[in-house]
Order: sequence, then C-alpha cells, then structure tokens
Amino acid sequence: MNLVDKQTVQSSMTKRLVKNRLANSLFFLAAAFGIVVLAILLYRIYSEGMGYLDWNFLTSFASRFPEEAGIKAAIVGSLWLMAVTAPVSLLLGVGTAIYLEEYAKENKVTRFIRMNISNLAGVPSVVFGLLGLTVFVRLMEMGRSIMAGGLTMSLLILPIIVVSSQEAIRAIPKEQYEASFAMGATRWQTVLRVVLPAAIPGILTGGILALSRAIGETAPLLMIGALSFIAYLPENVWSGFTVLPIQIFNWTGRPQEEFHLVASSGIIVLLIVLLLMNSIAVLIRNKFSK
Amino acid sequence: MNTAAERKHTFFANTVADEQEYVSKTIYNVDHFNLWYGDDQALYDVTLAIPENQVTAIIGPSGCGKSTFIKSLNRMVELVPSVKMNGSISYAGQDIFSSGYKVEQLRTDVGMVFQNPNPFPKSIYENVAYGPKIHGIRKKKVLDEIVEKSLKGAALWDEVKDRLQENASGLSGGQQQRLCIARCLAIEPDVILMDEPTSALDPIATAKVEELVQSLKKDYSIVIVTHNMQQAARISDKTAFFLNGEVVEFEHTDKLFSNPEDRRTEDYITGRFG
Ligand SMILES: Nc1ncnc2c1ncn2[C@@H]1O[C@H](COP(=O)(O)OP(=O)(O)OP(=O)(O)O)[C@@H](O)[C@H]1O
Ligand SMILES: [Mg+2]
Repeated sequence: MNLVDKQTVQSSMTKRLVKNRLANSLFFLAAAFGIVVLAILLYRIYSEGMGYLDWNFLTSFASRFPEEAGIKAAIVGSLWLMAVTAPVSLLLGVGTAIYLEEYAKENKVTRFIRMNISNLAGVPSVVFGLLGLTVFVRLMEMGRSIMAGGLTMSLLILPIIVVSSQEAIRAIPKEQYEASFAMGATRWQTVLRVVLPAAIPGILTGGILALSRAIGETAPLLMIGALSFIAYLPENVWSGFTVLPIQIFNWTGRPQEEFHLVASSGIIVLLIVLLLMNSIAVLIRNKFSK
Repeated sequence: MNTAAERKHTFFANTVADEQEYVSKTIYNVDHFNLWYGDDQALYDVTLAIPENQVTAIIGPSGCGKSTFIKSLNRMVELVPSVKMNGSISYAGQDIFSSGYKVEQLRTDVGMVFQNPNPFPKSIYENVAYGPKIHGIRKKKVLDEIVEKSLKGAALWDEVKDRLQENASGLSGGQQQRLCIARCLAIEPDVILMDEPTSALDPIATAKVEELVQSLKKDYSIVIVTHNMQQAARISDKTAFFLNGEVVEFEHTDKLFSNPEDRRTEDYITGRFG
C-alpha cells in the first residue's frame, strides 16, 4: 500500500503552483513600488532642474535672482567639510575597530562599548547636531565653522565606520593570524601586515558609504548654524560655510516658483556627487576582490 | 660543532631497535602539564622529553589532544581565550610560561606548519620574506637569498622560481603546504612543529613532504602530528601515543610499533580502534 496518495499529490499540486505564482507577483509589486516612485521623483527633478543646470550654475554664488543663483559656495563648502570629516572619522573609526577587535580584552567594559556603538548608529542626527553645538561650537569655541561642522559629521558617521571596519576585520580567517603569530610577529605587526591589507577594501567601502551619508545630511549642520546664504568661498577650516543640502533646502523654502526649479538643479548636482562616491566604493571593492 | 648532526647520523646507521643507548640532548622538557579549555580538561599530566635533532611523532585518535599539545609547545594555544594550564614546559632549559619569557622569541626559534596550508594572500616571494621582514631584515639582496634558500629547502624552488611575484593562492594545495614550510624555514628556527602537514595532500605531495622532513632533520628538531601510523613509522625516531589527553606511551618508534608496552597502544596501532 502506498502511504503517499497520488490523488492528494495531484490535487495539491495546482494549489501549490497557484500560491507560488501569487507570491511571485506580490513580491514583484513590492519591489516595483519603490522603483516606480523613485523613477517618478528622478524624472520630475530632471525635467525641472535641467533648465537651470549649466556652467554658470556651477560657478556662481547664491543670489536673490533665480537666473543668477549658483551653487559654487555649497560645492566648495561640502568639499571642505569632507576634508575635515573624512580623515577624522576614518582614523578614529578604524582605530576604534582595531582596538575592539584586536586589543580589547573580552570583559564587561568591552561588551558595553560594543553594544553602545551599534546603538549610536541609530541615534537621530539632530541629536548629534545638538552635541556639536554644545561641545564644538560653544564649549570649544570653534564658532559656526567648517571645523565644528566637520567634527560633528565625523561623530555622526563614526559608528557606521566602526561597525563596517569591525566586520571587515572579523572576516579575516583566523588561519592568517595563526600564520603570522606562529612566526613570532607581534600583534601590531600582524595588524599592519596581515589585517589591514586584507580589511582595507571593506573599510574603504564602508567609509565611502558613510561619507556619502554625511554629504547628504542637513539637520546637524542646521543645528550648529551653517550659513545658507554666502557669497564667498571658505578660506580655512575656521570660516563659515554652507553645504549642498542646506543650499537646496534654502531654495525650496523660498516663495518664488523659480527657486524651486533651481533647487532641483541643486539636487541633480548632489545626486551626481553621491553617484560618483558610490561608484568609487564599487570600484574599490572590485579592484581588491580580484 | 657539528656534533648534533653527527649524532643523528650514527643513530641512523643503527636504526634497528636493539639495546643501543640513544644519546641525544633534550630540546623540550614537558613536566606534569595539564590544560583546560574552559572547564573541559584536554591534556592530563603530560610528561615527556623531546629530543634534539630528531623527528618526534605524535599519534592518537581524533580529539585526543594532539593539536592542543603541539600548540602548547609554541604557546599558540593561548590564542584561545578560555585556556588555562598548569605544570611546566621548558624549551632549551627555560620555562616558556615563566613571566618575562618572550613569546615572540619562542616563536622565532620554533616554527610551525599547520594542518591546512595557510599562505598569506600575497606573492610567493612576500610569503617567504614575511618572517625575515618582521624580524627586521630589510636588505633586498639578503631577502632574495633567504627566499631562494628557503624555497630550495622546501623542495619548491624549481616549480616556482619563474613566478615568485605571483599570488600564492594560485599554487596547488601541495605546493601551498611546501610554501608554508619554506616560510617557516625562512626564519631559520631550531624546531619545526608540524600539525598533520599532509592530511590535506594527495599521496605524491605527501611523499614529497615526508622526504622533506627526512632531509630537514639533520638541521632541525621536528615534532610532527599525524593520523597516519605508516607515516609515523616511516619518518620518526620517537613516537608518542596520546589517548584522551594522556600520553599512553612514548618510545622509540621501532619499539613502539613492533613491541608496544601498553595494551591500548597495541590496540590502536593494529587498528582495533581509533
Ligand atoms: N578552541 C577550543 N575550544 C574548546 N575546546 C577545544 C578547542 N580546541 C580543541 N578543543 C577540545 O580539546 C580536545 C582536543 O582537541 P585537539 O584539537 O587537540 O584534538 P586532536 O587530537 O588534534 O584531534 P584531530 O586529530 O581531530 O585534529 C577536543 O575534545 C576538543 O573538542
Ligand atoms: Mg588536530
């Protein structure tokens, strides 16, 4: 006697196949929804913003007249901000990750730090703005400078960099450590010659993605008082500054309709910058994974 | 000056297990050594003396503590955080666990080859030059010489001399293992610890590594873990049989295989368990 009844198998077959097809379409819809919305958004920005996007737009300062308004100060400001944020956050972030993964003894304090770094990654960015305002702008009297903004942004993305660097370090097989230690290498030599070379692609990819988050952030910089209308370029890290998203935010807030179109042009510039940074991350990953 | 090597050769001339007195200096002295992983004891009261310039084989069933033991000899076992030990191991007359003993120095004098080949994802050249470089040798010419000598010592030179700058991951498993041996030779250790160096290799590569071990022992003291009893019988001078973390028998290889004292040794080498 057969335990598996052919009849049951047959009748449930159709049902199973239908369910499968249903699930298929549902998931496709879910994916399509996001993509369609994104496409509409991109199309609107493109059709609105292309009109104002020309060489003049890139090389002029902000202005009261939409035809003359440009984004030069914001581009340069964003670059200055990155020049502070990138080295500070990478050095601190990678240093922290190396300490936690390589040197820290497994105890309560270490576990506490580990847990809180992941928590920090979830703290809203305004809170970091408040921190920057209190510590850098007021307490350390940096004023509303690039330095204060850059340091605040560094703190904001630090947890992301720490976590992604930790993951990159943890992915290194333990055999590599064994090989190095068994040869009489110290911990530091092992970190320098085995761990870092193997972890660098992961660290850089995570770092660039974190930096592109920083480039798009507005809230913390508004908190510490970045300017939104400047007609000069920053001279050093103590100058006042504006950045791309703040400039865009400022334009969208204006009553004149034309400025909304200018804002779209600004968004295109910002998106191109982000796209460039992401491509660099992909390039690095491909180059090293060979 | 060359006495150790000579002694080695006389010993080999009379390999037959007669009542001959084997004269050999002790390089490692393990005394009542116990080791725990957390609460699980892995080694029980291990006491044995490892002779200089000979091949010492460690045999025993899986999980009996062979790897744990050999990793204790260069303190690699300490990489496991939960490890606790007591008893003593002395190398060249010095207790390796005494405070102030430099573990980096120990691991410079005592090289190790692991069960699975673990070359760095660097070029063949950089793999071999790794050890000398971390010990401060910078001169290109000296490094070149060391790389060539070590690769020749590991019987790999002829196969790789034209592609030293290629990544080591492109080598076959057997070549990778010999590269690891070359890497180990490059720091000119006195002792080489090998944890089942041929378990991942095919018979031909295994034969090459075994040949290598034979040729290395005139300059080095070798401790080799193996699952393969024929291998132990072929290449070693003394053999220790481990069972459940204890040394059951530690004897001259011929004696241990022809006339074991302990019943459990006999059962194991005749294949009745393990
Ligand atoms: N890192 C570790 N943490 C906890 N227990 C371990 C660890 N490594 C080994 N052990 C335990 O210690 C005992 C001895 O293991 P060991 O690796 O020394 O055996 P082995 O003789 O080398 O075995 P094999 O022939 O399979 O390699 C085993 O019971 C094992 O489970
Ligand atoms: Mg083992």
